[in-house]
Amino acid sequence: MPGDSLETARKGLSLYLPEAKAEAKAAPVQTIALTDLLPARPFDPAATGFALASLPREREGPVLWVQDRASRQENGQVYMPSLKAFGVTRPVLQITVNHPRDVLWAMEEGAACSALSAVIGEVYGAPKVLSFTATKRLALRSEASGVPVFMIRAGDPGGLSAARARWRVGSLPSMANPDNRQAPGAARWDAELFRARGRAPGRWVAAYERDASNGLRFLPRADDGALAQGDQHLSHRAG
Amino acid sequence: MERWRRVISTYRTAPDEALPVVLSQSGTHGPVISALNQTARDRGISAGDRVVDAQAIHPDLHVEPADLRGDELLMERLVHWSRRWCPWTALDGAAGLVLDVTGSVHLFGGEAALLRDICQRFAMQGLSARVAMTPTRGAGRALSRFGPAVSQCGPEDVSAALAPLPVAALGLSPDTARLLHRLGLKTIGDLAQVPRVSMMRRFANLAAADNPLILLDQALGHAAEPLNAPPDPQHFMARARLAEPVMDPTPYMAALSEDLCRALAQAEQGARQLRLTIYRIDGESLSVSRATARASRDPAHLIRLFDDQLSGMDPGFGFDLITLEALRAEPLARVQSELDGKRNADADLAGLLDRLTARLGKERVSWPVSEQTHKPERVAGRVAALEHPPGEVLSLPRERPVRLLHPPEEVQVIYAVPEGPPSQFRWRRVLYKTARFAGPERIAPEWWRDRPGTRLRDYYKVEVAHGGRFWLYREGLPDDQRGGTPRWFLHGLFA
Repeated sequence: MPGDSLETARKGLSLYLPEAKAEAKAAPVQTIALTDLLPARPFDPAATGFALASLPREREGPVLWVQDRASRQENGQVYMPSLKAFGVTRPVLQITVNHPRDVLWAMEEGAACSALSAVIGEVYGAPKVLSFTATKRLALRSEASGVPVFMIRAGDPGGLSAARARWRVGSLPSMANPDNRQAPGAARWDAELFRARGRAPGRWVAAYERDASNGLRFLPRADDGALAQGDQHLSHRAG
Repeated sequence: MERWRRVISTYRTAPDEALPVVLSQSGTHGPVISALNQTARDRGISAGDRVVDAQAIHPDLHVEPADLRGDELLMERLVHWSRRWCPWTALDGAAGLVLDVTGSVHLFGGEAALLRDICQRFAMQGLSARVAMTPTRGAGRALSRFGPAVSQCGPEDVSAALAPLPVAALGLSPDTARLLHRLGLKTIGDLAQVPRVSMMRRFANLAAADNPLILLDQALGHAAEPLNAPPDPQHFMARARLAEPVMDPTPYMAALSEDLCRALAQAEQGARQLRLTIYRIDGESLSVSRATARASRDPAHLIRLFDDQLSGMDPGFGFDLITLEALRAEPLARVQSELDGKRNADADLAGLLDRLTARLGKERVSWPVSEQTHKPERVAGRVAALEHPPGEVLSLPRERPVRLLHPPEEVQVIYAVPEGPPSQFRWRRVLYKTARFAGPERIAPEWWRDRPGTRLRDYYKVEVAHGGRFWLYREGLPDDQRGGTPRWFLHGLFA
């Protein structure tokens, strides 16, 4: 790979600053890189929602979504009619394979194809093929072509990865529903950036927002885990 | 009719020859008969009759749908197949072939032997043929359809041979033929005796293809009627003949695909379907096929499609011939690369689809399409990405989970409440407490598709204490008489 093209790609890395309050530390969502998303709990689809919300809005072309069999069985298959609620307006090229090896191969092919707007891959557990080398290849390809790659690693005990940003995402109780206090409202996630290149790690409360430049809104989160003011209308009533 | 018999006998027992069989096609006033067998013809049925009329008269009539498109395709193939006798062949009408055998008759030992050969070859295919050898095309058309099964006439007796045939034998439209009948001109001989000037005056406003005077001139050889033979289909193939048997085809792929692409580029075509065949020295041959999403003649791309398959081919004791052929080609004009140095995004995407499909299989690479159904698990259908363009982005008016479990998993209800979802339930051995919920949304079974006794579903969006959001449904109602106590299932997960 020629060094200058890599250099230009690095310069093109965009760091989006969420429109946060002054005291909120900015959360970096790099849109051109390999991003790892680790669910905080088993079977938690928050990482999926987070990936969907952070898909780049300005890029043309379809989204490539690759799933292996284990993640389909454990976490369920992606349900296409729901994607529009996260602002996904591009067609989704869906690939379902059995082995994680094929997932990585398809993701690499997709990451090298600049006609795609993004690549999302899912690998369950920590298979041998998902090595540091494999992630490094993905990251380099993604940077060379400019296609953002998201990797959802469910059931991963925390292996090595060359991802430029690694998030751990879990569900939080949703926001208050304006129409019905008994009903759950808009989704909210606990997003922890635990490793990133060129950024300090941090922890935020993230939510999908249609008008935000990158589809995500980050709220500050106190260190004790309490939510910010104005979001305390949660009623924990059963049934 | 004969093609139908042959096709049908591969699937099931063909009906008895003694039974009248007709093939029907749709007409202006209901189905009409397009073809019929000899028994039906003997009973007085004729092509063009309405099927209901024939059925009323003959209750034992066996009616089958006609495959007109298949007939057309067969005729197109026969046009090329019949080039075994001469280089100029063309389609004549819906079920006729015209062969210009000038200069090739001696190869088959004379005209009579040639006609016999043609009849035999068609009979070997299960088709019957009526043949005529005439000096003009129009006379051949008339004699083969209205004359004896095998007929032959020289340049001097054309008018004598045609004279007793009906005027319709010239290939006139039914309207013109009826008009001539009314005028009392029933045979071609009658027509030939009418003075040319009065014929010309009477039929001046008819088109050349339907003008009795022009057709008669052509049949008698006074006017030229050239044959327009369709060109042979091009076949693109590259071969590598090897001096010694080898075990690995990879080193030869580059040259092969460059040869193929050069041939394609000359014809301004691109390959849509490729086949690589290796011929082993023990007489076996192995082949791998690949398809592309759009026509391509990029050598590097074509090689990559075969990347992972080459090692899987068993070379045996080696092979000495490799061929790479384009089974299907489509026109592909030369394109100029863009001036700003950007790559063509459509081409990139098509190439990606080709590679993904070639390695993973057609059904694994797909676009979502929305199906006409209420059932959540059936709404999102999939179509092969190689064959279909991406459709509209799916959307439903109601909120749907981002992930769907298939099949739905039953949850164990710990603490049920009369209305709404269970306040405590266990899924995958973890206990969850309902904090908030929305619903129900009732989705009724589809009586036109589901089995009888399928129960309705009441869907709830349930949020549990730590924040997980589930899509639960209760299958049925307690008193719907369709089984016991309703069970609860988890169908999806909200982000």
